[in-house]
Amino acid sequence: MSELRDELKYLPSHEWARVESDGTVTVGITDHAQEALGDVVFVELPELGSEVTANTEAGVVESVKAASDIYSPVSGEVIAVNEQLEEAPETVNSSPYDDGWFFKVKPSEIGELDNALDAEAYKASVE
Amino acid sequence: MFGERMLKETALVDLHRELGAKLVDFGGWLMPLHYGSQMEEHHRVRQGAGWFDVSHMTVLDVHGADAKRYLQFLLANDVAKLTQPGKALYSGMLNERAGVIDDLIVYLCDFGYRVVVNCATREKDLAWMQKQAANFEVSLIERDELAMLAVQGPKARALVGQLLPVPDLGVFVGADVKYKTSNVFVARTGYTGEDGYEVILPASEAVAFVQQLGEVGVAPCGLGARDTLRLEAGMNLYGHEMDEAISPLEANMSWTLDWSDSGRDFIGKKALLQQKADGVKNKLVGLLIKGKGVLRAGQEVRMSGSEASGLITSGSFSPTLSTSIALARVPVEFNGECQVIIRNKEVAVDIVKPCFVRNGANIVKAI
Repeated sequence: MSELRDELKYLPSHEWARVESDGTVTVGITDHAQEALGDVVFVELPELGSEVTANTEAGVVESVKAASDIYSPVSGEVIAVNEQLEEAPETVNSSPYDDGWFFKVKPSEIGELDNALDAEAYKASVE
Repeated sequence: MFGERMLKETALVDLHRELGAKLVDFGGWLMPLHYGSQMEEHHRVRQGAGWFDVSHMTVLDVHGADAKRYLQFLLANDVAKLTQPGKALYSGMLNERAGVIDDLIVYLCDFGYRVVVNCATREKDLAWMQKQAANFEVSLIERDELAMLAVQGPKARALVGQLLPVPDLGVFVGADVKYKTSNVFVARTGYTGEDGYEVILPASEAVAFVQQLGEVGVAPCGLGARDTLRLEAGMNLYGHEMDEAISPLEANMSWTLDWSDSGRDFIGKKALLQQKADGVKNKLVGLLIKGKGVLRAGQEVRMSGSEASGLITSGSFSPTLSTSIALARVPVEFNGECQVIIRNKEVAVDIVKPCFVRNGANIVKAI
């Protein structure tokens, strides 16, 4: 079984969200998602400073096999993107919850995350 | 299970599971996509040796007094070229409109000919071949008791040589050899752009043989890596680069059309001559991405100054070149820099010869 972390929130479309101590939200894709995608070869991230909307596409992840949209779990301004993924997209496979994060959002409505799944509910959704 | 499609399995399916394969529905067969990492398997074949289970492919033996005449009529390439036993020929099998029913390999054997066709096209191929056989004294015998393996990579021949007494074979030539008490057909053919063999052996011996391959250092590779390897090598995949609506003249298969015997009639010949007279409108080219992203089948290709557009037939990330490549069918006037539409954005690509990697080396060339 793939790894899940209790402190994260999840979307059924396989993104995770972590609320940091400063109130910003870091977004990535789950261990289950990277496993299903296979070797990640390209990541298209949202532009720094752009606005993303909850549950709509904010980027794309491509493996050797296929392309998948990445949805943002919250609305808000993109305040950081993981530039390391441009040079080393395989980081998404090796470290989906840590070094393989995609982008950080300054949320405009943090309550949106209440609709996201907890680890247990996400686990049930992929079984 | 009820409601689930029953998938056919090869003799190696349990071994695939033991080796950790991700098994998927591949043209009605339960086949390994990869055993962990498609990229690692790809590199293994370019740098060392890997084996693939390709037992889903259909092996047909053609017997009978008219076997040669029959295949000369059935295929666009001419089996008269096969003068040395074990010699192989690649050909399209065309319909009357010169569309491609399938592409195949035919070997000259002591009993007649052996034909290897694709798995997804098995039923229609058999029906077509039986129908065309009506006017010839031939019999077609499907050899589904056989398994087929591809062992590919720069070290493949040396490693297989530790297990089988393979004679020194030229490229595209095969021979019968003994494995234990069984007859095994080994040919210097493949679908990766690397040296190596394809091995046809009794399904009952397949597990033992593959375990021995593992012992001498040949690693299992899935059909995912097979696809990126053949794409880098610029080899066509049926249903992508060509199908029943695509002429070989537009699929980089002109070299497989044998016109040397003007007295030979073959199915599709008349239509091909007409197409040549009318002028061929499209060509199959390679694309090398200049911007960012991954080229995929189905994406549109444009060139500034032209109203016409082309289509990517196969596209992927190239593990050897670390960039994205594609095969595309484009109007004949396309050349130089073009644009591919990826998610509504134009990405620049260069048109190159439809062959990217051979024997481990980057051979990309402008047209």
